[in-house]
Amino acid sequence: MNTHAPAQGKTLLDADGLGRTLSRIAHEIIEGNPELEDVALVGIQTRGVPLARRLARLISERAGVEPALGAVDITFYRDDVTVRGGEAPLAAQPVVRATQLDFPLEGRTVVLVDDVLYTGRTIRAAIEALFDYGRPARVQLAVLVDRGHRELPIRPDYVGKNLPTARGERIQVQLVEVDELDAVLLVSTPEEETR
Amino acid sequence: MIRLVSDDLRPPGDPPKRHLLSVGDLTREDVERLLGTARTFETSLERHVKKLPTLKGHLIVNLFYESSTRTSSSFELAAKRLSADTLNVKSVGSSVDKGESLKDTALTLGAYDPDVIVIRHPQIGAPQLVARVTEAHVVNAGDGKHQHPTQALLDLYTLREELGRLEGLQVAIVGDVLHSRVARSLVQALALVGVRVTLVGPPALLPREFPAEATADIEAIRDADVVYILRMQNERMEPGANFVPSLREYTARWGITPERLRPGQKVMHPGPMNRGVEIDPLVADSPDSLITRQVRSGLVVRMAVLYDVLTGGPVGVQALAAAEVA
Repeated sequence: MNTHAPAQGKTLLDADGLGRTLSRIAHEIIEGNPELEDVALVGIQTRGVPLARRLARLISERAGVEPALGAVDITFYRDDVTVRGGEAPLAAQPVVRATQLDFPLEGRTVVLVDDVLYTGRTIRAAIEALFDYGRPARVQLAVLVDRGHRELPIRPDYVGKNLPTARGERIQVQLVEVDELDAVLLVSTPEEETR
Repeated sequence: MIRLVSDDLRPPGDPPKRHLLSVGDLTREDVERLLGTARTFETSLERHVKKLPTLKGHLIVNLFYESSTRTSSSFELAAKRLSADTLNVKSVGSSVDKGESLKDTALTLGAYDPDVIVIRHPQIGAPQLVARVTEAHVVNAGDGKHQHPTQALLDLYTLREELGRLEGLQVAIVGDVLHSRVARSLVQALALVGVRVTLVGPPALLPREFPAEATADIEAIRDADVVYILRMQNERMEPGANFVPSLREYTARWGITPERLRPGQKVMHPGPMNRGVEIDPLVADSPDSLITRQVRSGLVVRMAVLYDVLTGGPVGVQALAAAEVA
């Protein structure tokens, strides 16, 4: 979630655990989608993208079918872009990264992939972004961690780990591709820093 | 960025607003961020649905006191592509015709609670006035012969996209520099990003205070990577003043023809063009002309400006832009 956060906290999943969890999700995606050649994995920037790539590899190893792979950035789809009424601008907007969907979405089953499911607002934005590129037959959601506190009626189809948390806590997913090691950590943040 | 006008007329305690009034208010970092954002918007225009929901529910007023095709249409389309509502007010056919002052027009439009007012006006400082009397973020779309910051930004964007870099480029600006807000903004912007500028034209139309070499010799365009041609602005010349003997003479000495260009030398023009005066039609329509590319850049750069004044802009876009260009 936060790149700059110190890498200390309680380890909830180590590299092995994370690998096993992804392996199970890949298996469930195969089971849940008999027409595997219609499946596209779309990672939500940032950490959803390497997760989607790993899932695609696992699926192709296991089922011999290489799912289409894409990425979506939700920056311009956020519901908190500006504070209406002229207050000072929000301090920092998130990093804009590339959206890459090089295949037609029509008729596809798109599996959105993200690291942590929290309020559900990111997923809402990602679904909206997706529909600006085309009309998938169905959209599913795979997350590594579901930490609760949903603010929207959104439910994952594939969950790596359910980790009920307090709002003051944070789940930090670290991936080799971004953070140089694989781990899922529980980090407590002082109350005033939480948003 | 983008100037935070701290305002004597506004009640104390009100937060300052982000405006884009002059290139002089921009830092190099602002420019990089804006160009990077524009690039991400450009990729969104390749999609099947070209609209983004980003500024849904926001009102953008385009207040134009001078005629304009490119600038007004691209601001309107930029706002629409970001899902904002737009209100276009032109001086002709509005109460301005009946003698309403700029301040009163601004106050009237301000009553609709717009988020952004884009203004073009023949008088220098008009955007600052609007920024003072309304609560909106103000974007200068051209004030007299003073500033036209979004044009300068779209020109930088075009240069970077077409030539792959900015730093170290050489640009020759040819023509009526004195009356040109485009040149004023562009020279500042080019200096900010490390582009070398040479001004070429009739001596009476080359201001001395610009931080650039100036010469009457058209041969000076030789070394330039890009020749930036300005329009002869008869409407801004004081009546009776003789800046050039005749348009014919101007064309003979400074008009850009195929013969005066090196093969591969790029050509830009902010429009509207006087074909056959400052630019030969063969030059305007040649493959080395970036003129239509400038118009396309105008749309995405104005999307970036509207997004940036309202949000503060995304962090990290310059890294993305640089990586993609490489």
